[in-house]
Amino acid sequence: MVNTTPLWEVFIRPRNGLAHKHVGSLHAADEIMALQAARDVYTRRGEGNSVWVVPSAAITASDPDQAEENFEPTGDKIYRHPTFYEIPEEVGNM
Amino acid sequence: MAIYQALLELADDHLVLGHRISEWCGHAPMLEEDLAMPNMALDLIGTSRTLYEHAGELEGKGQSEDDLAYLRGERDYRNCLLVERPNEDFAHTMLRQLYFAAFMYPYWIAAEKSSDEVVRGVAGKAQKEMAYHIRHAGEWVIRLGDGTDESATRMREAVDALSIYVDELFDSSPAAQEAEAAGVLPKRADLRAEWDKTIAQVFDEALLTLPAVPFAQRGGREGLHDEGLGHLLAEMQSVYRAHPGARW
Repeated sequence: MVNTTPLWEVFIRPRNGLAHKHVGSLHAADEIMALQAARDVYTRRGEGNSVWVVPSAAITASDPDQAEENFEPTGDKIYRHPTFYEIPEEVGNM
Repeated sequence: MAIYQALLELADDHLVLGHRISEWCGHAPMLEEDLAMPNMALDLIGTSRTLYEHAGELEGKGQSEDDLAYLRGERDYRNCLLVERPNEDFAHTMLRQLYFAAFMYPYWIAAEKSSDEVVRGVAGKAQKEMAYHIRHAGEWVIRLGDGTDESATRMREAVDALSIYVDELFDSSPAAQEAEAAGVLPKRADLRAEWDKTIAQVFDEALLTLPAVPFAQRGGREGLHDEGLGHLLAEMQSVYRAHPGARW
């Protein structure tokens, strides 16, 4: 049987200038219905001013079994963190 | 007094339809619509609250929005017949919503020129809500009309069942005519062309045709309703009638 309402991932931009952020998922027949459902399910309390929906099937995820080889090698490379610079006071909060 | 009555008609349309859609809450076929329909219901009920409050103030007899919503019987309700039609299935519910929103959207745009400040305020907010209701209900009508054999059959049944209630939308009661002449409310008959255009666009994609209606149903503006409105009001009003003066 064909799945008539596939899964979609929902991304919302809270304010201009910020990035769209993943907020959850939903079922919908197509992209138009998915956008409407995203608006109805995820923006009821003024959460944002822009919505993206992406078919969940379009997302390629990293393999949890490869998590160690993917992410642990960065653990001891602290020199990559921008904590070795003196930031002039005039710059303010970074 | 005529303006009070005319505002009540408008408020009753919104409260009754809002209550009807709220009946889907907890019963919709999918979670997404279970949230979408209360959203639409709350848009409509919110509009009715402002209109009731304003009507009560204009009448000047101290009636609150709760008094007007909960203490009038069905003969005193002046909503059009379309909004009280039962939910039946998704085809009926979405078509009823499309028919009503396609009427109210140009109504509120025209009401921005009202001589009444409260009406102008409602118009600004409600026209955005109605634009969304047209989109949401319209997309459903398109998908059901141009969907499976069963959904298309149900959609055509809904069109046959509900189209006889459309003409009443454009009638103006004596009270409404006075409010229109006073520049408080838009003239309903003027909105027909816009309504026809909106419905034609959706029906074209939905593979539906609007039937000719030789005998339109009327009577809501005189308080002559279907039995179903009595049941709706009995349920909606039961708490307030059991606890008169209750506040929430």
